[in-house]
Amino acid sequence: MHRKHVTPSVWAPPQLSMRWWPVFLRNLLVWRKLALPSLVGGIAEPLMWLVAFGYGLGALVGEVNMGGQQVPYILFLASGSICMSAMNAASFEALYSAFSRMHMQKTWDGIMNAPVRLDDVVMAEMLWASYKALFTVTAILGVMLVLGISQSWKLFLAWPVLWLVGVTFSCIALIFNALAKGYDFFTYYFTLFLTPMMFLSGIYFPRTQLPDWLLRITDYLPLTAAIELVRPLFLDQWPSNVAANFGLLLAVAVAAFWIALALTRKRFRA
Amino acid sequence: MSYLLHVENLVKRFGENTVVNDLSFHISPGECLGVIGPNGAGKTTTLRMCLGLTTPDAGSMTYFENLSMPEEALAIKARLGVVAQMDTLDPDFTAEENLLVYGRYFGMKDRDIKARIAPLLEFGALTSKAKAKPGELSGGMKRRLSLARALINQPQMLMLDEPTTGLDPQARHLMWKRLQTLMQEGKSILLTTHFMDEAERLCDRLLVIDHGKKIAEGKPRDLIAQHLEPDVVELYGQGALALAAEDSPLRQHAARVEVSGETVFFYTPQAQPLLIALQAWPHIRSLHRPANLEDLFLKLTGRQIRENA
Repeated sequence: MHRKHVTPSVWAPPQLSMRWWPVFLRNLLVWRKLALPSLVGGIAEPLMWLVAFGYGLGALVGEVNMGGQQVPYILFLASGSICMSAMNAASFEALYSAFSRMHMQKTWDGIMNAPVRLDDVVMAEMLWASYKALFTVTAILGVMLVLGISQSWKLFLAWPVLWLVGVTFSCIALIFNALAKGYDFFTYYFTLFLTPMMFLSGIYFPRTQLPDWLLRITDYLPLTAAIELVRPLFLDQWPSNVAANFGLLLAVAVAAFWIALALTRKRFRA
Repeated sequence: MSYLLHVENLVKRFGENTVVNDLSFHISPGECLGVIGPNGAGKTTTLRMCLGLTTPDAGSMTYFENLSMPEEALAIKARLGVVAQMDTLDPDFTAEENLLVYGRYFGMKDRDIKARIAPLLEFGALTSKAKAKPGELSGGMKRRLSLARALINQPQMLMLDEPTTGLDPQARHLMWKRLQTLMQEGKSILLTTHFMDEAERLCDRLLVIDHGKKIAEGKPRDLIAQHLEPDVVELYGQGALALAAEDSPLRQHAARVEVSGETVFFYTPQAQPLLIALQAWPHIRSLHRPANLEDLFLKLTGRQIRENA
């Protein structure tokens, strides 16, 4: 009866099942109680930016030249900032809220005493944070439609793209969630990673303004890929390089999820 | 003999440190097994391995005769109820929502879960708190809600990690009453505890572990009879320590003498001669009592406080 066990590598492929669903439902049930304040908080800030910069700064800037086409600044800004809203909503949920559940409240430990694997819990958190991103951008899209910033039917195609942006940034954020010792750690992620990306991905000004070497680096930022896909849809055009940009978001999502899962498994083994 | 859980030759090392060393034990249907041992003895690691949260280096853990951990962890956990040392209740949910959400993790239908909520709250003496959130509950109520939550899937076996640590005496007694009710219903329980009165009251059998090894196993009364003299006379206060000296006239009446802090323990098969001799020191305070599990625990694991405890 002397059986040897080998602790499986934390890098083993994800073992996923539909057991993530009740965990997702749990988060939904908590959020339903706080939906209204969360909705107001989630869309008020991006809309204030849009009004202040779009109308205010937009009056000074006038129009932006987009490869021959003159685009009103508010439309330029709106099409970029909605990608940022997806990124921020997903990041906040997968960092602060997920960390509360994982570390402070020990909700994950409770769940894993039931027949649910850690892999499914991480999957649920990822899908939940992407859902929050989708919910936030849907509300903002609604307001933009009402304001008449863009009324292209192609906005409906932007919707699934923005969900994918939420997925990608949830996956990245879960890496930092797995490494965190406390909430303070997330400040690094925001100031060293998300904020520079926000300024370099072409939300506020066309990336062509950047020096050549920097421009080339920003080609590979996931937020750049998101904006390259979403902005043309706002302008009632078709995006170019669809496969490359989709591929980048998807590849980052898969790689980041795998890394996040491995680091979370390691954390829960200790 | 069929076992609900049969653990054989379990080994776990963390680096150079062997935390669990060739540990074997079993739980029979309807039995309550208590695992006791000092802090750092390997109790928590053993429990974590039994729950599939840590993979052992060697050994086997077989549940319900044919399911082995960790390979069939999900099938096993579907039939277990777990109360962890730290409450993991959802602070945003009411008591009944906590039960509902937890039942869903087992794949139960909402209708089936809802049918169990009222009786489980009643069992936990929490009926009036159905709409209260954990933050509004006392420590004892939270533990009983955790216990009720662990019963949502009608488990065959319960794993309780220090179920009454931090509770006041009333809350502990109510918890014990509930656990005894469960045992009368035929549930099997594995529990860890630091309280010897709890172990003596609840457990059919005890497993004493230290340094990751089993150092004793058996029924509480049998273990005491096997390892200890039946009577203890404790002396304390001014001058008590002097009576423990090698040349003390009291020594001849005791089989074993131990000193802990300011207290001297005389272990003896017959207390009467010792008590009579003790009358020569009327100012010494003394207590004559039967030997108990605490004495056994301290004899087996030592009176020293561990460095990492």
